[in-house]
Amino acid sequence: MKLDLDIVEEASKELYIRALKLLPPDVKMGIEKLSASETSPVAQRVLETMRANIRVAEDTENLLCQDTGIPIYNVALGRNVEFDGFELKAAIRKGCERATREHPLRSSVVHPLTRKNNHTSCGIEVPVIHVDFTDENETATIEMVPKGSGSENNSFLKMAVPAEGIDAIKMFVVDCVISAGGKTCPPTIVGVGLGGTSDLSIALAKRAATRALGTACADPEGAALERELSAAVNRLGVGPQGLGGDSTAFAVHIELASTHITMNPIAVNMQCHSARRAKARLTTDGLTYGF
Amino acid sequence: MAHYDLHTPVDESQIRKLRVNDTVTLHQTLFGIRDATQIHLFDKGRTTEFDLRGHAVIHTAPNVRKVAPSDAFPAGYQPVCIGTTTSDRMERFTRPLMEQYGVRMIVGKGGLREGSKAAFQDLGGVYLAIIGGTAALETTWIEKIEAVDLDDLNPESLWKFRIKGFGPLLVGMDSHGGSLYDEVKGDTAARRAEVLESLGVPTK
Repeated sequence: MKLDLDIVEEASKELYIRALKLLPPDVKMGIEKLSASETSPVAQRVLETMRANIRVAEDTENLLCQDTGIPIYNVALGRNVEFDGFELKAAIRKGCERATREHPLRSSVVHPLTRKNNHTSCGIEVPVIHVDFTDENETATIEMVPKGSGSENNSFLKMAVPAEGIDAIKMFVVDCVISAGGKTCPPTIVGVGLGGTSDLSIALAKRAATRALGTACADPEGAALERELSAAVNRLGVGPQGLGGDSTAFAVHIELASTHITMNPIAVNMQCHSARRAKARLTTDGLTYGF
Repeated sequence: MAHYDLHTPVDESQIRKLRVNDTVTLHQTLFGIRDATQIHLFDKGRTTEFDLRGHAVIHTAPNVRKVAPSDAFPAGYQPVCIGTTTSDRMERFTRPLMEQYGVRMIVGKGGLREGSKAAFQDLGGVYLAIIGGTAALETTWIEKIEAVDLDDLNPESLWKFRIKGFGPLLVGMDSHGGSLYDEVKGDTAARRAEVLESLGVPTK
């Protein structure tokens, strides 16, 4: 299959807009579940407002949140897919820029020193584009994540050492959730990256934070720790919007990688309650959208 | 827990009545303000033509569509999606906003800290909590964008919104030293040891 770059550009544009408007079903379900078990009246009202917002966004075809985020595109290319990598990245960038101009969307992207905004949602190294390869035949997928800044500003890295053990992981995650308080727009998905190098653990934390609710870490030890920490952080009392309550997080997600004998890196990256993402799938049958 | 409908601008006595956990719905005018707006006002010596005395500001940077100016769009901007950003980053601007510009209400999400709490007490101000990430809903409370200043900072311009029933908003910090965020922080700190213990993590 030869990748049609016009379709990639169009999909990259559509994905940004879809991600901003349509909350994935697993996240909507997550809010329903928290609402059903929440015991604080204030938190109940906060969750009800979040549900009302989802309904209004759908009814008015508007963006769920004003924060258009930092655009991230995760591309996964299967086997027997023919493509020009340079042109592929250019097509994604073009799609991102077109979404911003044509919808229009607020460009949230600026130069880090001059703070200049090009009003394209694009800049140096942005949109962030990750490319990976899969064994699916003649299939390409593009996932788009508009990563909001409230949650992203609460990102943490600790280069713990082996002697600190798993206790260091548990304490760090708990303390990050406390430190973030209401700033991350809880309830959040708490993404935890374990192992690898400093940069890999941070990338894993982001992958964990943007994983669909209801999915589990592929590693059984990681999955067990996810369950333990998910229950624990919801006993901290931070609550939706940091106003108190049981619903601090939808879940704690963990992604892990092997690491060095001397290292125990722990990264935390959070995703807000508007845990937005959208996916396009390109096959020989054409283009389909999902989450 | 009382509810107040406030038409802006307001005076100090109206603000002093408000207590944490009360709710407020705003009417008439709301100003939009953000990181860059305040950096330029307070660090770079710029000023605004708007009179903010007795008014409410919301921590925001909206999605807008540029259109020809008309009665419906006097500033040449059509609202697309207008929401709220995290207030904590702008903590150091609360006092100068109140002292130099006479602002009485800050609408935001996630809360502010000690410096703001003291400014609210000293000068008569409140923090009104809105639910972050619910911009589609908030947009329905905005009638139009009446005017805009410092627009070279777009989208972090200083926006003047005409509003209709903007709320209910929760009084998160009042002018008597009350803060819901402090209450939650105290509670969370107390629960930390218990949670860590349940995870088998020694805290001593």
